[in-house]
Amino acid sequence: MRISELFARGEFVLTAEVGPPKGFHLDHLLHEAEEFLQDVHAINVTDCQSSVMRVSSLATCKALKDKGLNSIFQLTCRDRNRIALQSDLLAAAYFGIDNMLALTGDHTVMGDTKQAKPVFDLDSVSLLHCVKTLESGFDIAGNELDGDPPKFAKGAVVSPCSDSVDVQLAKMERKIEAGAEYFQTQAVYDSEKFIKFMDKAKQFNVPVQLGVIIPKNAGMANFMNNNIAGVSIPAWVIEELKADKEKTKAGITGVEITARVIKECRDYCQGVHIMALGWESKVPALLTQAGLR
Amino acid sequence: MLITQLKTIDEIRTLAGSKTVIISCEGCKEVHFPECEATELYKELSDNGTALKVIRTEYICSPENLDVATRKHIDKINAADTVLVFACGVGVQSASAQFASKPVLAACDTIPLPGYQGVTPLEVDCDQCGECYLNGTGGICPIASCSKSLVNGQCGGCKDGKCEVDKDMECAWERIYKRLEKLELLENMKYPAKLRNFAPEA
Repeated sequence: MRISELFARGEFVLTAEVGPPKGFHLDHLLHEAEEFLQDVHAINVTDCQSSVMRVSSLATCKALKDKGLNSIFQLTCRDRNRIALQSDLLAAAYFGIDNMLALTGDHTVMGDTKQAKPVFDLDSVSLLHCVKTLESGFDIAGNELDGDPPKFAKGAVVSPCSDSVDVQLAKMERKIEAGAEYFQTQAVYDSEKFIKFMDKAKQFNVPVQLGVIIPKNAGMANFMNNNIAGVSIPAWVIEELKADKEKTKAGITGVEITARVIKECRDYCQGVHIMALGWESKVPALLTQAGLR
Repeated sequence: MLITQLKTIDEIRTLAGSKTVIISCEGCKEVHFPECEATELYKELSDNGTALKVIRTEYICSPENLDVATRKHIDKINAADTVLVFACGVGVQSASAQFASKPVLAACDTIPLPGYQGVTPLEVDCDQCGECYLNGTGGICPIASCSKSLVNGQCGGCKDGKCEVDKDMECAWERIYKRLEKLELLENMKYPAKLRNFAPEA
């Protein structure tokens, strides 16, 4: 089901992300999704996240669908030109996958196959434009599609806590112009920054889901601060993670911090997107503590 | 070798605004320059009062040469609303860096030819993409200066103004945004999705 319909009904939309494995055995991923992610509206499937080669997002979306779970097909522009991207979108439509999320994608040098050619024939904006064009019954070269055109809920991302927030807002506007119907944000730890961002972003009148990553420990938080663009973790969060190492190790502190951010931001956004990064098992507790189920 | 080819005459007339200073870079042996057509245009723009001055020079890719060639006309440049540059993409970028508070626009597209590429400086680069983007980006090239050659704005990989690929490299779109902000031309950021054309030239 298209999550754009949920937003249209005014629902507070919950999504969670899974990362496909390096290999084609999806049993573990599917088991975790069935066990822990039943209460979200849709499950994002990453597309060779961080430029690390993995089984495809499309195959994983199809496997989730076969289990009765609603998925969001993440699509980056790093590995495919416009022919392959359109072809995969049509394949998704064939499988009945009707949610997509457009990303430019990390550069190939960020991942485990640095020798690969970075494609970037399209980018997040032109990919959204491309999806909209397919929906009108034509491919990007202007040739007519056979039969009914596909229809997707078209998503995009934005970084509210980026140090270049105005540049991000300008890009967000371009994505909306190109067809984006909903946004998921980069991870937020500083509610005040997010609320300030939403104060500017609300003029666009497009639903925004607060992005969260459950912090696993202070080391991870420091790593993200130093290396992940668009993520800024305040010192007090890192202190909280350091305070009781056992509690942090058990995931209790991370869930508490994340639930607090969600509660503080809830009134300013239209949903939450959880990037569990292997801690899918913590998602039910997080939803409960955040008052979302 | 490379070839500079004039944008359409109508586009150049629009770019020229109401008061422009033209910088025409001629004489570089590695560049084929459409001199006759350009000269006709200079005459038209001078006769109708649009061009306050036509500075004919060479090797403006070198900031020193550019400075020497333009110094004595600086009053005219200050009075102009636009600096219109007839040169390859490197020349336009040198000029946009020199006159950072003034819209510096490209009147030409630059396309490659096999062979010796000349002695252009390394501070700025032109990929000779054949569809010059500099007029929408404050004279900073997103093709040559962005690791992903993105034409629709900043990706999510910019941290502290630097590129995810190289922490010593400035994010091109961060620079473009700041330049446009300074020029009060942020409206330039609002355009429909652009797709690059990779078809070989006929």
